[in-house]
Amino acid sequence: MNLGPHADFIVAAYAVTVFVVAALIAWVVLDHSAQRRVLGDLEERGVTRRSGRSR
Amino acid sequence: MAVIDLANPTRFLNLVNRVLPWLAGATLILFAVGLYRAMGAPDDYQQGATVKIMFLHVPAAWLGMMGWGLMSVAALGTLVWRHPLADVAGKAAAPIGAAFTFICLVTGSLWGRPTWGTYWVWDARLTSVLVLFLLYLGVLALYWTAEDPGRGSRAAAVLTLVGAVNLPIIKFSVDWWNTLHQPASILRMGGSAIDPSILTPLLIMAAAFTLLFFALHLAAMRNEILRRRVRAMRLMRAQEVHA
Repeated sequence: MNLGPHADFIVAAYAVTVFVVAALIAWVVLDHSAQRRVLGDLEERGVTRRSGRSR
Repeated sequence: MAVIDLANPTRFLNLVNRVLPWLAGATLILFAVGLYRAMGAPDDYQQGATVKIMFLHVPAAWLGMMGWGLMSVAALGTLVWRHPLADVAGKAAAPIGAAFTFICLVTGSLWGRPTWGTYWVWDARLTSVLVLFLLYLGVLALYWTAEDPGRGSRAAAVLTLVGAVNLPIIKFSVDWWNTLHQPASILRMGGSAIDPSILTPLLIMAAAFTLLFFALHLAAMRNEILRRRVRAMRLMRAQEVHA
């Protein structure tokens, strides 16, 4: 595939997009594991939500 | 399951856990097909290979605007019905919409330099999209810096609804003013002006980016619900300690 004389601009556009999308995916994955870990810690210490107690 | 049942955060979490793997899989498949077709698409007769930037730029622009539209509906849900899931949806969409608007601005700039001879010009389309990005940053600042999350959410919802005025300005800016940016060539009266050899991969890439947006949004909503549970449990614990 020949990207022609402006290959740098095309490669830069794809690189920036891949970086931003990867950052978004990393953000949701890391945030999810962080929230699950904190929730687990709180539940281990016996802390429950009000709605959890009624069940 | 009735749609109204999804308004319950626990049921919504169960649905997200079931749907997300399938959504992620479909997104990957669409990206694989879209990128294959995009890389095989012919060069434009005027722009050459730089037309490949369009496969990123146009979907990012659409999703930057769609994100704000989604947030506007969520803002109505927050202000009118005061539904917590509406606020969760708005807050979760803001960073994703901001990221896609950022991609739109950067790829547009990288596309503009070889085709227009400049990275940036203060024309109506570019400026209104920059305003959209700044509005996203404003909403994020309200969500992330407010001491009282409820007040922050309401302020962000008001700013979102005010900022929605910018959406038709972005869309019609190329018709209302003389701009360096080209007029609409896909969604326009009389059908698309783009050859199918380029339009088809563009639409596949747009579908892939749209699925990615919704997968990220559902995952971010799940995280926000969990974060609010953590906050509620910490408040409960603090009340018990002080009782």
